[in-house]
Amino acid sequence: MTADIRYKTVSRIAGPLLFVEKVDNIGYNEMVEITLGNGEVRTGQVLDTRKGIAVVQIFGSTTGLDTGSTSVRFRGDIARIPVSDEMIGRVFNGLGEPLDGMSSILSNEKVEIVGNAINPYSREEPSEFIQTGISTIDGMNTLVRGQKLPIFSGSGLPHNKIAAQIARQAKVLSSSEGFSIIFGAMGITSEEANFFIDEFRKTGALMRSVLFLNLASSPSMERIILPRVALTAAEYLAYQKEMHVLVILSDMTNYAEALREISAAREEVPGRRGYPGYMYTDLSTIYERAGKIRGKNGSITQLPILSMPSDDMTHPIPDLTGYITEGQVFVSRELHRKGIYPPINVLPSLSRLMNQGIGKGRTREDHRGVADQLYSAYGRGTDLKSLSAIVGTEALGKDDRQYLEFANLFEEKYVNQDFYEDRTIEKTMDIGWEVLSTLPEREMKRVKREFIEKYGKWRK
Amino acid sequence: MGKILRIAGPVVIAEEIENAKMYDVVRVGQLGLLGEIIGMEGGKATIQVYEDTSGIRPGESVESTGKPLSVLLAPGVLSSIYDGVQRPLDVIRAQGGDFIQRGIYPMPVDMKKKWKFIPSVKRGDKVSPGDIVGVVKETSMIDHRIMVPVGIEGTVERIEEGDFAPLQTVGTVNTKTGIREIPLGQEWPVRQPRPVKSKLPPEIPLVTGQRVIDSFFPVAKGGTVAVPGPFGSGKTVVQHQLAKWADSEVVVYVGCGERGNEMTEILTTFPELVDPKSGKPIMERTILIANTSNMPVAAREASIYTGITIAEYFRDMGYNVALMADSTSRWAEALREISGRLEEMPGEEGYPAYLGRRVAEFYERAGNSVVLSSDKRNGSVTIIGAVSPPGGDTSEPVSQNTLRVTRVFWALDASLAQRRHFPSVNWLNSYSLYSQELSRWFNKSVSDDWYSSYQKSMTILEKESELQEVAQLVGYDALPENEKEVLDIAKSLREDFLQQSAFDEVDTYCSLRKQYLMLKSILAMDEVERYAVSKGVTVSEIDTLPFKEKLSRFKEVREKEIDSYYSELIKEMEEEVKGRADKQ
Ligand SMILES: Nc1ncnc2c1ncn2[C@@H]1O[C@H](COP(=O)(O)OP(=O)(O)OP(=O)(O)O)[C@@H](O)[C@H]1O
Ligand SMILES: Nc1ncnc2c1ncn2[C@@H]1O[C@H](COP(=O)(O)OP(=O)(O)OP(=O)(O)O)[C@@H](O)[C@H]1O
Ligand SMILES: [Mg+2]
Ligand SMILES: [Mg+2]
Repeated sequence: MTADIRYKTVSRIAGPLLFVEKVDNIGYNEMVEITLGNGEVRTGQVLDTRKGIAVVQIFGSTTGLDTGSTSVRFRGDIARIPVSDEMIGRVFNGLGEPLDGMSSILSNEKVEIVGNAINPYSREEPSEFIQTGISTIDGMNTLVRGQKLPIFSGSGLPHNKIAAQIARQAKVLSSSEGFSIIFGAMGITSEEANFFIDEFRKTGALMRSVLFLNLASSPSMERIILPRVALTAAEYLAYQKEMHVLVILSDMTNYAEALREISAAREEVPGRRGYPGYMYTDLSTIYERAGKIRGKNGSITQLPILSMPSDDMTHPIPDLTGYITEGQVFVSRELHRKGIYPPINVLPSLSRLMNQGIGKGRTREDHRGVADQLYSAYGRGTDLKSLSAIVGTEALGKDDRQYLEFANLFEEKYVNQDFYEDRTIEKTMDIGWEVLSTLPEREMKRVKREFIEKYGKWRK
Repeated sequence: MGKILRIAGPVVIAEEIENAKMYDVVRVGQLGLLGEIIGMEGGKATIQVYEDTSGIRPGESVESTGKPLSVLLAPGVLSSIYDGVQRPLDVIRAQGGDFIQRGIYPMPVDMKKKWKFIPSVKRGDKVSPGDIVGVVKETSMIDHRIMVPVGIEGTVERIEEGDFAPLQTVGTVNTKTGIREIPLGQEWPVRQPRPVKSKLPPEIPLVTGQRVIDSFFPVAKGGTVAVPGPFGSGKTVVQHQLAKWADSEVVVYVGCGERGNEMTEILTTFPELVDPKSGKPIMERTILIANTSNMPVAAREASIYTGITIAEYFRDMGYNVALMADSTSRWAEALREISGRLEEMPGEEGYPAYLGRRVAEFYERAGNSVVLSSDKRNGSVTIIGAVSPPGGDTSEPVSQNTLRVTRVFWALDASLAQRRHFPSVNWLNSYSLYSQELSRWFNKSVSDDWYSSYQKSMTILEKESELQEVAQLVGYDALPENEKEVLDIAKSLREDFLQQSAFDEVDTYCSLRKQYLMLKSILAMDEVERYAVSKGVTVSEIDTLPFKEKLSRFKEVREKEIDSYYSELIKEMEEEVKGRADKQ
C-alpha cells in the first residue's frame, strides 16, 4: 500500500494547500501526515486527486512548511477518530488529540468523522419538550430534544451566558436523565472558553462532558474538522451509549471564515461575500447531524452559537444557517442596551419544532394560543413604539396606547429574568397571562374562549 | 474497462469507458457507485457521482450501464420514500442501517410482489401508445392504470388477467415490426419529458383549502407556482398544506436539499390524515423524494427530475398530479456546485449560464394536457416550487429565472412571518395570472359574486396601505372616521380571513363555501359599519360590539355548522350596529 511511502515532492504551497507530485493513486479525502524539516508533524486531507498529483489541505498552521524539506505520508484511509467511554470528562483539540496532558484514547472502534447522512426514513420526529427555564424560549420558541436551534448573536452580547444557562437548566420533565455536553470551541478566546468550563464544572456537567477546544490562537484550519470530530463523539454517546447529548458549537462564524479561506486558496468561484457556493451544503453536514433515530434512546440536540457580522441577519452565515436549522434564538443589541437579560427578541426568533413539543399532556393546553397572542401583541406594540417616536403617544388611539405599555411590560416581566432564575413552564405561562391581562379581554383572538376563562387574569 | 483519472468531490474524470455516451449511467470504482456522464471530451468522460466519493482512487474502474438515468414506473411506487435517484430509503435502511451506506442499490419497488391485473382490452383490439390495457388497484385510493408504452402500436394479440410482478408481461401486441410485449410497469429516462398529445389552457382550480390561495391567488390544475421567501417564512408549511389538502389525485413531494426532520414529519403525520374528499389516508396517493441537504449533491440535482417523471407518469394515466419541490434553490445550487467543479465559465453569481434554460425546461413539464392515447384523456401536472433566495432578496438569479416562467407568485414575507401572520403571503406583491380564467369556475361552482368579493377585498387592502402611510405621519387618531372604518375592515380581512393556522385542527382546511361565507361576512360588516359611521357612530365604539368576536371566531367553526353560523352572525351584526346607529 501507499501508506509507508514518504513523498518529498511538494511542488507548491498556497495558503493551507499543498501540491504533492509524482504520487501513486491517492484516495479522495484520504488523511495525510506532513512532516516538517524540523521533525514537527501536521495533519492534512486530500481535496483533489488525479494521477500523479494530490492537493492536500493542512489542518494545522502553515508556518515552517517549505517545498524542499517537507515530507508527506498518505495514510491510506479517510479521517477517523477512536471513540470510547473514556472520552467523557476529557479535553481535546480540534483533531481529537488530548489537550489535558493525559493519554490518547485507546480504542479499536475508529469511526469516520465525516459521518454518513442519517437516512431520513430512520429519523424520529423530535417532540420531547426541554424546559430551559428561560421564558422567551420555553414559552415562545420551545426547544425539543433532537432539535438544532442556533443562537444568533453579535459581538459583545451575552450569548455565552444564555448558552451556559440553557446547559445548566435544560431538563426533560418526564425524565431524570441530564444532558451530556459536547462543547466545541472554534476561535473563541480562552476567557470565553474558561467561562464555559467553569460553568460546567460548577454544575457537575463537566463529568458528563467532552470538550474540543480550538481557541483564537490555535490554527484556524483545524476549525474545519473540529465540529465533525465533536459530532462524531456526540453520535457515539447518543447512539451507542444512549445518552442525551447537548452539543454547543461556538462560534460558527469562525468556522465559516476558515471555510472561506480554503475556498479562496483553491481559487474557487466565490459566492456571496466571498463564501464558497457550497457553504449551505457544507454547513448542513454539521447541523443535520442533530436529531433522533427510531429505536435508539439517545439524541443529539444542537445549540450552535454564531455572531452575525454587523448584526446583519441576512449575512450569508446566519442566512444559510437559518435555512438549515429548525429555528433560531435572536439576541438583540437593543434589549441588551436596555439592561434586559436575556436580551432575546422573540419576533425574529423561531422554533419550528415547537408545535410537536407543546400542548396538553406536554406543557399546557393553552400554550400555543398564549404564545401566538404574545407574539401578535408584542409585534403590534413594537410597531407602535417606532410610530410613536414620530407622531408622539398622544396621536395614538386608546388601544394603541395600551399596546405600547404592554410591550414595555412584556420586556420587563416576561423577557427579563435572572441568570440563575430557572422558571418552570407553569411560571412562564402565568407571567404570560399576567402581562396579557393588561390588554382588553376582547383582544384575545388567538386564544380559545375556554382558556381565557380558565387562565385569564381579568377582574370580572 | 474505463479508468478513473481524477476525483474532486462529486465530480470524477475517467478515460477509456467502453461505449460511453452522454447521460449514460456508469458504475464508479470498486464500490460501484452510481454516476452519470455529464461531459465528454477527447476520450475523457466527466461523471457526476450520486454518492460520496471519499476513499475512491485514480486508477479504479468505471463501467457504463449503457442506459440513461431512468426511473421505474410500476405498481408499488405510491406511498414510497425515495432518494434523488429513486433508491427506496426504507429498503436502504433495512439493508444498511440508520446511516445511509454507500453502494447499496435496491430496486425501487418490490420485484417479487404480485399485483392483481384486470385487463380492459381484449384480443384483437387496436391499441396505440398511452392506451390503457387494464388496471391494478394499487391503493384504496388510486387505480394504477397500465398503459401501452410509447412506440408500440397495433392489435392486442394476447392479454391476461392474473397476478403479475412489476416488470412481468401482461400481454402482447402485434405491431408492424413484430410482436411486442406489454409489461406491467415501464422505465423512463428522467431528463426526457414524457410526451403528451396537446396542452390545454388551465381552467379548473387546484382547490387547496387555504384561503389566501383559493380566494386571492388561485392556481389552476396544470399551473405553475413560485413560492419565494426567506428562511422561516413558511414555504415548507405551505407545501405541506398543499400536499395534505389540495384536491389533486396524486402528490409527488420532492424534499430537495432540505431538512431530514421535515421528511419525517410527512412520514409520521400523513398516514393519519384523511383526504377530505375520499376519506382515505393521504399517504396512499403520495410519493416522497427525500434528498436532504446533507445527502450527495448530484443526487439532489437529479431529484426533481425523478419527481417530475413520476408525476408525468400518473398524469398520463389521466390523473391530476401536484408536484411540490422544496426547494428549487437547493437544486440550482447543486447545479452550480457541479458546474464549478467542471470549471465551466460561471454566469451570474456563479450559476452556470444555462440555469435559466434548465429552470424553464423544468416548469415546462407542468401543464393540463390531453395525454397520449386514443381516448382523449386529460391529465395535469401542477408544479409548486419553493425558492429560497439568499437574505430573502428575490433579485437573485434563481428567483428571477423562476418568476419569468411561473404564473402564480406567492410572495412570503419576513415581516408578516415575524408577526405570526401565517400564511405570510404578502397580498400586495403576490399575484395569480389565472385569477381571471378561474373566476368563471368559482362563480359557477361556489357563488356568482365570488370574484367580485375578491376584488372588493383587494380594494380595501390596497386602500389600507395608502392610509397607513398617512397614519404614519399624522397618527391614527387624526384620521376621519370613514377612513378608520376602512382600516377596521382591512384589519379584519387580514386577521379574520387571510390568517389561517396550519396547526389548528379545524382551520387547517377551509372549504370553498366556508371561504366564501367568511369573506361575505366581512364585506357585510363593511356595509353596516359604513352606515353606522354615516350616522355618527365611531369605529372604536363598533369595535367593542360582541359580533366582532363572533366574526373572528368563524375560523374555528366546523364545516357542517357554517351556514347557520353565518346567518346568525349577519343577524347579530346588523342588530348590534344598526341598533347603535339608530340610537344616535
Ligand atoms: N399591505 C401590506 N403588505 C405587507 N405587509 C403589511 C401590509 N400591511 C401591513 N403589513 C404588515 O403587517 C403588520 C401588521 O400591520 P399593522 O400593525 O400596521 O396593522 P394594524 O392596523 O396596526 O393592525 P393591528 O391593529 O392588529 O396591529 C405590519 O408590521 C406590516 O409590516
Ligand atoms: N400556515 C401556518 N400556520 C401556522 N404557522 C405557520 C404557518 N406557516 C408557517 N408557520 C410557522 O413558521 C415556521 C416556519 O415555516 P417553514 O418551515 O415553512 O419556513 P420555510 O420558509 O420553509 O423556511 P426554510 O427556508 O428555512 O425552510 C413554521 O415552523 C411554523 O411555526
Ligand atoms: Mg396600527
Ligand atoms: Mg422550508
